[in-house]
Amino acid sequence: MSLASRRTVFLVAAVGFAALFLWGLAGLPDFGAYDGVYGETLNRVALRQRHATNLVAAVTFDYRGFDTMGEEYILFAAVVGVAILMRAQRDEEEDAPDDDARDRLTPRTSDAVRVLGLGVFGPIVLFGIYVVAHGHLTPGGGFQGGVVLATGVVLVYLAGRYSALRGITPGASAEFAEAAGAAGYVGVGLLGLLASGTFLFNWLPFGTTGLLTSAGMIPFINLFVGLEVAGGFVLILTEFLEQTLVVREVDSGGPEGKRERDRS
Amino acid sequence: MSFAPFAVAAWLFVIGLYGIVTSRHLIHLVICLSVVQSSTYVLLLAIGYRTGAAAPIFVDTKPGAPAVDPVVQALTLTDVVVGATVSALLLALAVQVHKASGTFDPDELDTLRG
Repeated sequence: MSLASRRTVFLVAAVGFAALFLWGLAGLPDFGAYDGVYGETLNRVALRQRHATNLVAAVTFDYRGFDTMGEEYILFAAVVGVAILMRAQRDEEEDAPDDDARDRLTPRTSDAVRVLGLGVFGPIVLFGIYVVAHGHLTPGGGFQGGVVLATGVVLVYLAGRYSALRGITPGASAEFAEAAGAAGYVGVGLLGLLASGTFLFNWLPFGTTGLLTSAGMIPFINLFVGLEVAGGFVLILTEFLEQTLVVREVDSGGPEGKRERDRS
Repeated sequence: MSFAPFAVAAWLFVIGLYGIVTSRHLIHLVICLSVVQSSTYVLLLAIGYRTGAAAPIFVDTKPGAPAVDPVVQALTLTDVVVGATVSALLLALAVQVHKASGTFDPDELDTLRG
């Protein structure tokens, strides 16, 4: 389809959307005049029921715990998909990592970036752990803290070299963290099933509101989600980096290339 | 201006969709998709907002004090992270498409190759 006809189709669709949107807007309460039932009810009862001061975490990991497990497996599947797509293809091989792009000059990392990166790495990791661990008390949780933790690994690459990144995530540790996080979530659910007959039932004592040990199973789910998100993001980062630094097209004239061609 | 956030959501949706429809570069297409996606975040958070209410974090406010809807916030926060990994998956596809066909232009990808 040509660009002009595509624009025409889009314009028709946009006019239709505008009509439906304005119709829907007419029936919507004004911005700020919220009168939802679920949020209102949760704001009244959740603190008493679950002893978690962060209601968003209580909703994510308890009231909607089963849905969040589904979302987590979307994340898991997407990360696995990236890992599969970024494997060396038939006409490629994995070389020793080369930090410099081969087809252009790359400036070396400045000292300022090195010093700042190494100096900030520790605080960032600590902050990530804090955000994961206090997810049921203050804003944060496994999803946010996991991303912060992965940022620490990015800093190591920025301040050092690719080998430094592999040094702190050796072998399949990112894959392992991701898989353990995904399995841990289901494990918490199965424990609930064993303890009470309901999957993901929050059976642990809820503890004193405001303490790290409160809210029953929510901190544990937070921990597993943090593990999975951190592992998943590090894995994505490593796969994309390897694409430029490690995976090389096999030189079609060389013996490697010939062997590859014969096989395919 | 009580409808302004809804208008922002609609604008993000439409402009992102326009980008997808007329895109000539796969990376640009993935970014446009995340613009469309972010319109749902604006809409969800706008629906859950209540004037003068606090965040649904009851550390130093009493239960029952006016707070915004925690459900839409929970929906948004999981999707922000999940959406980022799905974008990564689509970008990985774009990388492999470029390797296989030498182009990022979706219009030039009109033949299937094994």
